[in-house]
Amino acid sequence: MRHIIIAAGLTLWASIAGAYEIEEEAVFEGGEAELSILSTTDTEVFAPLIAAFQASNPGVTLRYTVATSQQVFAALQEDAAFDLAISSAMDLQLKLANDGFAVPHASTETAALPDWARWRDQLFAFSQEPVVIIASKAAFDGKPPRTRAELIDVLRDDPARFVGRIGTYDPMISGAGYLFATQDARQSDTSWRLAEVVGGLNPKLFTTSGSMISEVQSGELALAYNVLGSYASQRLSGGDAVMIEALDFTHVLLRTALIPRTAERADLGATFLDFLLSAEGQQLVENETGMPRINEAALAAGPHLRPIRLDPGLLVFMDPLMRQQFLNEWTAAVVQD
Amino acid sequence: MMTVFSPAGSIRRRLVVILLVVAAVLAGLLFVSVRTVANTAVETTQDAILGAATVAIAEELRGGEDGLTIDIPYAAFSMLGATGQDRVFYRILVGAETVTGYADLPLPDAPLSGLKPTFFSQQYDGDVVRTGAVSRSVLVDGRSQIVTVLVAQTRTAQDAISRQMANQAATLGLGFFAFAAILSIFTARSVLTPLNRLAEAMGRRGPQDLRPVDRAVPTELAPLMQALNGFIARLRGALTRTETFITEAAHHVRTPLATVRVQAEIAMRQTDDDALRATLRNIIRAVDDSARSAGQLLDHATVVYRADQRADELVALGPLVLDVVDSFSPTADMRDIALRVDAPDEVIALQFDRLLIESALRNLIDNAVKYSYADSIVDVQLSTDGTFAKLQVLDRGRGIGDGNSVQLVARFKRGENVGDVVGSGLGLTIVRDVTRAIGGSFDIKERQGGGTCAILLLPLA
Ligand SMILES: Nc1ncnc2c1ncn2[C@@H]1O[C@H](COP(=O)(O)OP(=O)(O)O)[C@@H](O)[C@H]1O
Ligand SMILES: [Mg+2]
Repeated sequence: MRHIIIAAGLTLWASIAGAYEIEEEAVFEGGEAELSILSTTDTEVFAPLIAAFQASNPGVTLRYTVATSQQVFAALQEDAAFDLAISSAMDLQLKLANDGFAVPHASTETAALPDWARWRDQLFAFSQEPVVIIASKAAFDGKPPRTRAELIDVLRDDPARFVGRIGTYDPMISGAGYLFATQDARQSDTSWRLAEVVGGLNPKLFTTSGSMISEVQSGELALAYNVLGSYASQRLSGGDAVMIEALDFTHVLLRTALIPRTAERADLGATFLDFLLSAEGQQLVENETGMPRINEAALAAGPHLRPIRLDPGLLVFMDPLMRQQFLNEWTAAVVQD
Repeated sequence: MMTVFSPAGSIRRRLVVILLVVAAVLAGLLFVSVRTVANTAVETTQDAILGAATVAIAEELRGGEDGLTIDIPYAAFSMLGATGQDRVFYRILVGAETVTGYADLPLPDAPLSGLKPTFFSQQYDGDVVRTGAVSRSVLVDGRSQIVTVLVAQTRTAQDAISRQMANQAATLGLGFFAFAAILSIFTARSVLTPLNRLAEAMGRRGPQDLRPVDRAVPTELAPLMQALNGFIARLRGALTRTETFITEAAHHVRTPLATVRVQAEIAMRQTDDDALRATLRNIIRAVDDSARSAGQLLDHATVVYRADQRADELVALGPLVLDVVDSFSPTADMRDIALRVDAPDEVIALQFDRLLIESALRNLIDNAVKYSYADSIVDVQLSTDGTFAKLQVLDRGRGIGDGNSVQLVARFKRGENVGDVVGSGLGLTIVRDVTRAIGGSFDIKERQGGGTCAILLLPLA
């Protein structure tokens, strides 16, 4: 079964010519002009932003299409016509921009972004989300681990307790999961040790953060590793599940947007992008969607926070051979059956 | 008389212009060379990073039983983002077959050698890219294979740095030019200082000062100085000769004439023959005439000579007028003409050659007496308005009639009204020359109620 999944993951990359798949499409009726956005973010999360945008741009009908980050990437590689592409997979987005699939855009809003939050006037970040651990307090006797080393110790001390109860992203299917896994791997050797320890515990693999959080809350999982906890954080308050930012290092994901070169209404895409980056948009991003806005001070305040850098390094694991090798190694470590 | 020079250009301006042109050329060269050096430096730095990335990837290529394994170091690409946000492309080949990366990324023209990366620029995907290429052999499956790694990067960051460098180079060039401009003005001034000093010293010299110029001058000015001193020496000689000539001529003309006159007077006293006495009187008259003409000719020559070679001093006009008028009293008495002087008590003085003023005044009074009727009055009036001294000589004589002053002052020009009055036509010419030399004015006109009015305006000291 797993091998089939691996094969699927590989073919996904290879089959660029194949049609991309979407998960859902919502149309927010407005005026004549149509702005179509392709995004990895769920419609209900984005709805308040869309409403606010349409309030100030009543003439715009907004077609909001949700797809996985891989499919967003695939769609743009196929030159599907969207006016804005939003994705949590920074590496895929950077590859698109690097390979000339994005058009440049410059405005006062983009100029106001810090350097690390944009690339080449083509790729712009509008939220910064820590990649966290969600743990059940009960499973850790009320003392959830604070670092990866601590986590490794706990798992080694009492493996029986955690068998089948650790969850993480499946990097073969999930673009964000692949990004987190590769960033972990390059950041430290502890990650590989952790992968091996977790591998021995027959972990459960997921494709979305939401499902992992639910399972920790329901007690099925003791711990979910590498989760985008941002828009679930409210859900957690008061419950057994807690959100942990590992103190050794916690990656910070930048959710990015770009204007595809195939955009039919690049101007509208740019307007929406500027809206996202504007003070009002950023306020809404933080308050209405739960995704933290771009905030340099917040990063400076947390020494353990490591924003994933928007630089060509991200291209390394986009290489098909590198990807194949990495997934082979990862599978060998984590999927030990 | 002085010639006014219209200068043909200025050495200082020419010097400054040349220096500025030189400075501009140098500033331009500076700009170009700084840019070139900076661009080379930037390119070398960029190439070094690109080369490091290329080599890092090449070194991680490993052969083995089951083919080539590649392991692109994260840092290899990450460091390409260190200097800016440039697009990155790469291509890895085994032999001629691309195993990964951008399969259409152009290969270098020349074959690669050694582990040292080769760099070249070309167009790729709408951008100019700089490519680093390296190749090495790897043992794959027991066979030696040539593996080539290409890493390419767009040049946005490099161009941005180059632009900034260009701006700085331009600022540097402009700064250099401004500095050089100021320096060149100072240089021109300093180079011209000896020349200016010399010119100033020469200008300061009085007209009498014909000493050789004895100044330390730069070598370049030595020939000019020699020529100048030679010229001064010749001039001094010429002037001395002229002076001697005038004195001698006066002497040689006046002395025999005086002798003739004395002899004629003696002869007249010794004879009772009326006819002979009449003849002798005519001779005396002719001698007087000749003496006066000779005198005036010499006077004129003196005035012309002295106008350039003046011995200026502070001259009080009041006493001078009285002196000159006094000298005419015998002549005036003979014809019962009264000479009246009207001068204020205050001292009216001017800075000029006394002889010249006397000469002018003498000629005016001479005319007034000459052209007056017997038993009349000649008035000499001196006054001042603070800037000019006004000297008027007024008579009740025959007047100048239709003669206009411009014609009357011409050399040897006499009026229609002269009748039997002797004269040479040089008197008013002398007056005019003196007024010119002193920078004053002269006018002669009909006097109200008959007679003539001659007015001299002379600037005060
Ligand atoms: N006081 C004067 N009254 C009348 N005519 C005069 C008087 N002074 C000068 N002139 C006229 O101006 C002419 C030029 O004068 P001047 O140069 O002194 O020559 P001259 O030797 O004839 O006096 C005289 O010939 C005369 O016609
Ligand atoms: Mg006369």
